Amino acid sequence: MNRIEKAFDHGKAFIPFITAGDPCIDKTEEYILEMEKAGADLIEIGIPFSDPVAEGSVIQEADIRALASGTTTDNIFDMVGSLRKKTDIPLIFMTYLNPVFHYGYERFFQKCRETGIDGIIIPDVPFEEKHEVQDIAVQYDIKVISMIAPTSEDRIRSIAKEAEGFLYVVSSMGVTGVRNEINTDLESILSQIKEAADVPAAVGFGINTPQQAADIARISDGVIVGSAIIKIIAQYGKHAGPHIYTYVRMMKEALM
Amino acid sequence: MSNGRFGEYGGQYIPETLMNEIINLEKQYELFKQDPGFQSELEDLLKNYAGRPSLLYYAKKMTKDLGGAKIYLKREDLNHTGSHKINNVLGQVLMAKKMGKTRVIAETGAGQHGVACATAAALLGLECEIYMGKEDTDRQALNVYRMELLGAKVHAVTSGTQTLKDAVNETMREWASRVYDTHYVLGSVMGPHPFPTIVRDFQAVISKEAREQILKYEGKLPAAVLACVGGGSNAMGMFYNFIDDKGVRLIGCEAAGLGIDTDKHAATITKGSHGVFHGMKSYFCQDADGQITPVYSISAGLDYPGIGPEHAYLNDTKRASYVPVTDEEAVEAFEYLARTEGIICAIESAHAVAYAKKLAPAMDPGESIIICLSGRGDKDVAAIARYRGVKIYE
Repeated sequence: MNRIEKAFDHGKAFIPFITAGDPCIDKTEEYILEMEKAGADLIEIGIPFSDPVAEGSVIQEADIRALASGTTTDNIFDMVGSLRKKTDIPLIFMTYLNPVFHYGYERFFQKCRETGIDGIIIPDVPFEEKHEVQDIAVQYDIKVISMIAPTSEDRIRSIAKEAEGFLYVVSSMGVTGVRNEINTDLESILSQIKEAADVPAAVGFGINTPQQAADIARISDGVIVGSAIIKIIAQYGKHAGPHIYTYVRMMKEALM
Repeated sequence: MSNGRFGEYGGQYIPETLMNEIINLEKQYELFKQDPGFQSELEDLLKNYAGRPSLLYYAKKMTKDLGGAKIYLKREDLNHTGSHKINNVLGQVLMAKKMGKTRVIAETGAGQHGVACATAAALLGLECEIYMGKEDTDRQALNVYRMELLGAKVHAVTSGTQTLKDAVNETMREWASRVYDTHYVLGSVMGPHPFPTIVRDFQAVISKEAREQILKYEGKLPAAVLACVGGGSNAMGMFYNFIDDKGVRLIGCEAAGLGIDTDKHAATITKGSHGVFHGMKSYFCQDADGQITPVYSISAGLDYPGIGPEHAYLNDTKRASYVPVTDEEAVEAFEYLARTEGIICAIESAHAVAYAKKLAPAMDPGESIIICLSGRGDKDVAAIARYRGVKIYE
């Protein structure tokens, strides 16, 4: 069984994101374990990309730090393999298509299964192009997570109908990053999703405070937080562990 | 062709936030393409504002000097704003206005596309913001000022390599945050479908005119047409109406910078590999992990790690060939054309002139070649002077 389903078994899911290799790959393993201990339900691991066009400056800078520390796709697979000896938490990759395409789809997804990755989010692969990836991923039981945006409108139904794992609902226009306010009519988007999808829907982009998380969890199945965690790592570097733990715990509690 | 494919290349690899707009753009474009009203309005702008048709100039002295094929220059440098970019921009900004957009944004490398975009926006009354790599705002300071004079806001992009690639990244990000009222005027035959097709169609006027002009002057088709290639819009425009003329060689000239054996070049087809970036599947300069690598060229306009998907397809099917030309060869050609024909061309275009200098002498005097002179070289004079160690003050 794919582990992603389990992520939504303990109430509303808290899904933190971390860029692999920021500030170095050993720390990524440590931080993931801290997040699990603090109550995270599923971890999104970013494979850094030189040009992450769907990200704001916070995550882009994390990608640059990770690449500068010498992180490669193979390093990340090794880290996941080692991590899997210590935890059974659901793990998904988040990256752009080029690193996956360049690695070779077949080889990449085989490696995902071997090391224990459960799914992947690729923000530059929209619904229209997803079969290129999904047709191969499915052979290795790796779920390709689809995204729905405030602009999706009549595409919501088609995307939701075919969704697997869970749905990543983009809370606002633009790129990732902390926002003070989220003005999208998420309730309407989520109710349309519910009519068509039989997988959970989690909301990401811009969420950083417990209050925002709690508000969004009332209408969704979970919240995804990236930039706020990356900011902690940017601030504390190799000593970010306890700070990440405290933040994740506070966010998970807000969802309960 | 599904999702705008040229063979395996092209596609729509963009965030979901932009998909609805891209689909809408594709539908709207199909309507505009068949709309006689739109077409005649655009034709009027091209003729009475941009100054088309551009001349096909017989370079008599260059022909004599090189002693081979007859050389013709397609003078896109004579267009209003000084480059071929105006062809595409008038089309796209007119479309944007008719689609009800109030604002256009664009990336620019050397600044030619940015200046053209700011010009069309001023003319048609749209708000305009331009994203340009910080390094390019420094090396093309004059064009930054021109854009500002035209009422555009110029953003210096400080992320990544601070060049054209990063300007594209920032423009895509900006578009994703204001897609409702904003059209992204993509400047080359790249990006997600339908952009490579839209830009190619608007630039195809170059080869449409050139084909008619050469038939009139020579009574037969040229043996070869040449153009410089960064993203590849002037080359696609120059090639398009010759694609079915199998006897005409299509040659794209890539920026080899300090040489293709160094890591300082932007020769995407010569040195790149298959990848997916900026919305399209094509050739890219990248490392072993699929990270896009920094590229280099003396020419800010060719300093791009990818190439339009239709070029990738023309290369694979061997319908067109792509050759590397170094900075030094381009600078020499830049100086050569100035001295020989009294034309100061863009350093981008000089890459094509450089290759023509090698090609023409080996050809028959009964044959002709056409070089697309994509832009004028005012913007490059200071850079060339610096390259030659001459201190000038602007």
